[in-house]
Amino acid sequence: MSDQKKKDDHAFRLSRRKTLKGLVAGVGALALPASTASASVWEEFFQRHFRELSKKELKDVLARLEKDYSKQYGKQVSVKATPPIEGVKFGYGLDLSRCIGCRRCVYGCVAENNQSRDPQIHWIRVVQLEKEKGVDFDVAEHYYNPKKVPEKGHFYMPVQCQQCENPPCTKVCPVQATWQETDGIVVVDYNWCIGCRYCMAACPYGARHFNWSKSSIPADEINPDTHYLGNRPRPIGVVEKCTFCVQRTREQPGRYPACEEICPVGARKFGNLLDPESEMRYLIENKRVFIFKEDLNTRPKFFYFYAT
Amino acid sequence: MSRRSVFPALLTIAALSLALVSISTPANAAKKKYFDRSGNLVVEEKTAAEMSRVYKVQNREPEKTYAVPPPPFSEDIFPCSDCHADMEPNLQRRQLEDMHTDIVLHHAEGQRWCLDCHNPNDRDKLRLVSGEVIDFSESYRLCGQCHGDKFRDWKVGIHGKRTGYWNGDKQYLLCAHCHNPHDPKFKPLTPKPPPVRPGQARH
Repeated sequence: MSDQKKKDDHAFRLSRRKTLKGLVAGVGALALPASTASASVWEEFFQRHFRELSKKELKDVLARLEKDYSKQYGKQVSVKATPPIEGVKFGYGLDLSRCIGCRRCVYGCVAENNQSRDPQIHWIRVVQLEKEKGVDFDVAEHYYNPKKVPEKGHFYMPVQCQQCENPPCTKVCPVQATWQETDGIVVVDYNWCIGCRYCMAACPYGARHFNWSKSSIPADEINPDTHYLGNRPRPIGVVEKCTFCVQRTREQPGRYPACEEICPVGARKFGNLLDPESEMRYLIENKRVFIFKEDLNTRPKFFYFYAT
Repeated sequence: MSRRSVFPALLTIAALSLALVSISTPANAAKKKYFDRSGNLVVEEKTAAEMSRVYKVQNREPEKTYAVPPPPFSEDIFPCSDCHADMEPNLQRRQLEDMHTDIVLHHAEGQRWCLDCHNPNDRDKLRLVSGEVIDFSESYRLCGQCHGDKFRDWKVGIHGKRTGYWNGDKQYLLCAHCHNPHDPKFKPLTPKPPPVRPGQARH
């Protein structure tokens, strides 16, 4: 009897160990890409944080992404990782006395930055406000759709990432997948983001957006000029945001952001805050400037102003 | 000689001498008088040529020219001299009835009409108040005569729009690219569609 009990105990101990071993191995194997997955999936899985990549590794990563995207969209897509320009801190100005709320900027941004069409992601959101109430978001209307804008008694306020000097979003990221670059642009490493959405909760401007499902961009509408930290196609389950068109503005000479370029009333201004000759400095020094949610001490580099 | 015949003769001589005087000293030559900083009166003789009104801005840099895209002319209307070259300019302010009836002036129309801005002698040009004749591609100077505050903002890229590169070459849009000079209020636009409401997505 006791022999039998011993035997049973022995058998049980062995089987528990086996079970644990099996569990660990099994879960581990599940977390890894399937053995049939292509090499690029393995490489992506073991890719390091963007800021820890060596030059060689970065080159390989960009080459891999270019190959993947080009295959996916059936045309040559370039992915670059242009670093910030020294002595540049980007600032953005928006003339609230000029904006007529036509939403051209919203769709210009979607096309330039390869935002998902369905589900729809808009980095810029234009709200209609009442002139009598001023910037009072209790009366803000996001879905206005009259025949013609502007409507009497209303003004319009586009809201996008304010590129805060003191960004709350980067502080809450548990894996440091989002940070502020030296030119002031807050960027996301889409390959490092774990999709916890803490940053979206922390952002007081609603400027961050989550890829709930696979982004859909028609192949003929894809913008092939992309930046690793900017407008390259995003995977499912990551957060994205406005980057002041990092793929355009970091070039020498650098184009204006797409929203600035498309604005039909010239309400949008862009420039280097460290350059005393720039239009940004002129408007900050000479115009009435309004900083959105200034009391939160986020110190935006997005300046609403009134030119008249 | 009787007294009766002497009087008309004297009159004739007086009239002749007056005419002579007015020919020898031209009426438009003048003396320019002013007080200098120490309060002394300075009198300068000026010739007729010097007194004629010419565009001359002293102590001020001439206006910079700005790179602009071609001015937004209506189709097939420029050059204006195609029609106007053989026409005698009619400086009379009037309602146009034969041509340009599509232009409805809604720009301080009570104080202004065509030839305040369009140059009567060469229709392919514009004319400033000073008399300086400028090209259509410099029309910002014409608008800037009244709208000085907007012109000042435009030059630094605040009013209106610049295209090109934020750290490189820029092009300025002319005032007329956004504002119809004859009816300058910016026209309302049709907005792009509003975003999809949450929960209404099709996926």
